Amino acid sequence: MKRTTITLVALLAGLGMANAETVAPADVTYEEGAVAQSLTGVAGNPAEGAKVVSTKSLGNCVACHEITDLADVPFHGEVGPLLDGAGDRWSEAELRGIVANAKMMFEDSMMPSFYKTDGFTRLGNAYTGKAHEGEVEPLLTAQQIEDVVAYLMTLQ
Amino acid sequence: MKKLHGIAALVAASFTGAAIATADENAELITNGDIEIVTKTAAPEHLSDAFDEVLSGWRFRSDQTQSMQMDDFDNPGMLGAENGADIWATADGSEGKSCADCHGEPEEMAGVKAVYPKWNEEAGEVRTLQMQVNDCRENRMGAEPWGYDSSAAVDVEALLASVSRGMPVNVAIDGPAQSTWEQGKEIYYTRYGQLELSCANCHENNYGNMIRADHLSQGQINGFPTYRLKNTKLNGAHSRFKGCIRDTRAETFNAGSPEFVALELYVASRGNGLSIEGPSVRN
Repeated sequence: MKRTTITLVALLAGLGMANAETVAPADVTYEEGAVAQSLTGVAGNPAEGAKVVSTKSLGNCVACHEITDLADVPFHGEVGPLLDGAGDRWSEAELRGIVANAKMMFEDSMMPSFYKTDGFTRLGNAYTGKAHEGEVEPLLTAQQIEDVVAYLMTLQ
Repeated sequence: MKKLHGIAALVAASFTGAAIATADENAELITNGDIEIVTKTAAPEHLSDAFDEVLSGWRFRSDQTQSMQMDDFDNPGMLGAENGADIWATADGSEGKSCADCHGEPEEMAGVKAVYPKWNEEAGEVRTLQMQVNDCRENRMGAEPWGYDSSAAVDVEALLASVSRGMPVNVAIDGPAQSTWEQGKEIYYTRYGQLELSCANCHENNYGNMIRADHLSQGQINGFPTYRLKNTKLNGAHSRFKGCIRDTRAETFNAGSPEFVALELYVASRGNGLSIEGPSVRN
């Protein structure tokens, strides 16, 4: 009984901490397009990040970017730059900024802003073609952004 | 082991190649052995800042898809045009008249499709060909207007396109049509939806590039109505616009809306000089 209580308290404290440290899209601080602070305080998981990068219903990054490391995923696009060596060319903070909102660094970038919830023109309800109603969710969650950044850092 | 991997990679590569067989961008289109279709020409004046030349979507499709448009017997879109010809000759509405009663054979309409959308002085608006057909139905035939991009409307549009094949797109963008054209241009360059994508992002800045398995074209509409292998039917340009805007995670405009009429005029004008080739075949 006592043990259960302690576990529960620890769990709640953990959740509270995670919540407190999750930075909402509107509160992200960009410095020259880079974001120094983790969006969640929880280290990104590169394996999860690779999944987000290659899955159509998630980040679908390969729709526009080619990544040799993910050669087993079919049909990489050629709209954006090759991501081989991204972790070498960019710092973690820069990658976080680019994934969260690339337009902060590259004003006219075609890249969608994955961690942004306002300022859209005729925002729709996902892919239904109908108007969006209610609270806007970013394209990726804070932790998914961290996971993608962690994966990109492995591309040396 | 290494060798095996090599073979597997080769097989994978050739499979990928087959699946997204890219087009021979230098191929020329001659339909039925005698209609020469211009699929590449100098960009119209108003587009000279963006493009040197304009390319029909036909050039971006696979050899197999391209060849389906080279003979009417292989072109499934011609079934729609044939149905359009039946509708053309059939009386409808309270006046008991058919299209043919006033306009004669469909071939007499050659060149009409090439100049639409077009300013209508009496109505004081730019009209698409479908709007003009519906005006005839309501006011001359006493018939019910068709839904925008409904199958009958698209079939008759396909018929009218087919008799203009090989003629250059030549929509007017100045004079009374200019403000509608400007509105269409504004829409073309607006980044819609949660993905914040404009028509130009894909079709002006990235044509020729792959986006996942799709080979991006210039988004020309000289081939509309177009038979898409994807949905196995003839599609109107507005329905295609709708699909594109939906895919930016945006609230779309409706087929037949003033916004899409303006966009049709603007996009058509980007293809001024290309041949009418509808009903075309695309993926």
